[in-house]
Amino acid sequence: MSILVDKNTRVVVQGITGKEGSFHATQCKAYGTKVVAGVTPGKAGQEVEGIPVFNTVADAVKKTEADTSLIFVPPPFCADAILEAADAGIKLVICITEGIPVNDMVKVKRALRGRDVRLIGPNCPGVITVDEAKIGIMPGFIHKKGVVGVVSRSGTLTYEAVHQLSTLGLGETTCVGIGGDPVNGTGFVDVLPLFEKDPETQAIVMIGEIGGDAEEKAAEFIKKNVKKPVVSFIAGITAPPGRRMGHAGAIISGGKGTASEKMKTLEAAGVKVVKNPAEIGEAVKRALGR
Amino acid sequence: MNVHEFQAKSLFAQFGVPVPRGKEITSPEAATAWANELNTPVFVVKAQIHAGGRGKAGGVKITKDKTAVAGFAKELIGKTLVTHQTGPKGRQVHRLLMEEGANIAKELYLSILVDRDTGWPTFIASTEGGMEIEEVAAKTPEKIIKEPIDPAVGFQGYNGRNIAFALGLQNIEPTAMNPFIKMLGNLYRLFMEKNCALVEINPLIITKEKTVVALDGKVSFDDNGLFKHEDVQKMRDLNEEEPLEIEATANNLNYVKLDGNIGCMVNGAGLAMATMDVIKLAGSEPANFLDVGGGATKETVAAGFRILLKDPNVKGIFINIFGGIVRCERIAHGVIEAAKEVKINVPLVVRLQGTNAEEGRKLLADSGLKLDVANDLWEAAQKIVKLTGKAA
Repeated sequence: MSILVDKNTRVVVQGITGKEGSFHATQCKAYGTKVVAGVTPGKAGQEVEGIPVFNTVADAVKKTEADTSLIFVPPPFCADAILEAADAGIKLVICITEGIPVNDMVKVKRALRGRDVRLIGPNCPGVITVDEAKIGIMPGFIHKKGVVGVVSRSGTLTYEAVHQLSTLGLGETTCVGIGGDPVNGTGFVDVLPLFEKDPETQAIVMIGEIGGDAEEKAAEFIKKNVKKPVVSFIAGITAPPGRRMGHAGAIISGGKGTASEKMKTLEAAGVKVVKNPAEIGEAVKRALGR
Repeated sequence: MNVHEFQAKSLFAQFGVPVPRGKEITSPEAATAWANELNTPVFVVKAQIHAGGRGKAGGVKITKDKTAVAGFAKELIGKTLVTHQTGPKGRQVHRLLMEEGANIAKELYLSILVDRDTGWPTFIASTEGGMEIEEVAAKTPEKIIKEPIDPAVGFQGYNGRNIAFALGLQNIEPTAMNPFIKMLGNLYRLFMEKNCALVEINPLIITKEKTVVALDGKVSFDDNGLFKHEDVQKMRDLNEEEPLEIEATANNLNYVKLDGNIGCMVNGAGLAMATMDVIKLAGSEPANFLDVGGGATKETVAAGFRILLKDPNVKGIFINIFGGIVRCERIAHGVIEAAKEVKINVPLVVRLQGTNAEEGRKLLADSGLKLDVANDLWEAAQKIVKLTGKAA
């Protein structure tokens, strides 16, 4: 078991003929992911590393039964690409692209409301279920099949945590990057119940950062609904207020969204919060009594 | 991206949001000329910097004397204003906004931004105009009115009525009701069409003449939406930005200057923040946030070094790279090449982990460069803090 994606997931890559798209489609396929199609308007009939390219997502779905989309389309065209995937019947849309205008995402999120489709990202590393499917840009080899579910707003910081989990022999089930943008498709509170239900996942690592109140909402959810141990790190205790720290969503505004406030709230909900990101793995090990 | 008040107000005017008659002024002579043209009982001269608290810092002058404006202009242009938002160094004033005074009957607060929780644009309004809204929210949260706008259909009349009646506008000034609601619709249009991150009017006033006027204006834009708006891009004022941050942006680096003395260079925003946090845990303070991005090359590393070393506070540099798709031995080559080009006169600790980390570390160790190599994040942070000495 795992969450969101597995060895049966059939992936279409939107923007597959671009530099990023072709590179990562190839990497995902090499990991063992079923990358069944690519889409670039006007390039139907071409192939990328044996993956057939279609003009539209609808064509790709019809011919290949793709159920999940991975998006590398440039920011100005991303809202369009996400909505195209949803309209073509894709059930899971994973958008890697960074730099989509917030107002575009506002409209996309509204348009997807109430529909049978989940959007992950944008501005995220993607989703990986270890040894089954890598649908994103994370380095596959640092992952090791195991018992920890990881959900994170960050990319490389997630790799750091995964590396610790793998090195300590704990390993991961599924790792989900929800992305660093202020308006995204899937939040911590959407992923946490999936891990709670997944029989293989024994502990959860949640990596947050300054800005917004996704961590506070998660704390509330965990307190009521999560029995499995949760270990959390919140980046940005040293970040100054009013400044955007790389991610569009990582900003303390009006005194809200500080790391210390989030840590306090999570601790009060029974989450083991580590102040040192180098200790994430050890904290999980202790929480599992190993 | 932030813009000046006079630029915000020109956008307001363009979208049908009433503002006082005013003009950007950059010399005492221009101030006199505009005063003659404005021909109003009260003149307001406002220093234009990207920071609030200008009034308290002496940056706003009000006079009935037409001949006094040149003197105010002379005093303010070139002056450094220190407000609670500028930091101790303050900001130098390069331009002014000079406008007609207004007869204030009632001050309100109004802003619009995207509520991150719902993902909907949301108006925030309060009867406590002229106050810091954070303070109002903390002390009297019942005085904060929130009205979300459904992005699928946009601003509707009922949204406006909800806000107006919640503010008690029917009691304050019933004739201002319709112009107020119309103005809200125009503000929503501005917010969406120009990809704003925040539009704030504090105070929005009801005048004794029963009109609605934006007496102040703050607009900031979503950087990701700027590509759609050439007119907005032209409003950027480089005087208001940290020179090192401008240089970083030109090199496609994400850099924020801080006050500590350990410079750090990291791939990925989350890891960059975590690296700053680890430096503090190890007993020192980070000098900056610097994300060199996923595709760090010799060129980006060299540009990163140059920017870090231009900060005189930097007493040591910590490079933290988690190689994913980017292979560590390529980063190591980049560091070695860059270090040859840029003279590095402070201690340097490089931590490489991930793809081909071992080869990378060996390359660095054998390079003959004066640097320390580390495997582990915590070990590396302690090393650089020890080498630079604890923060004063």
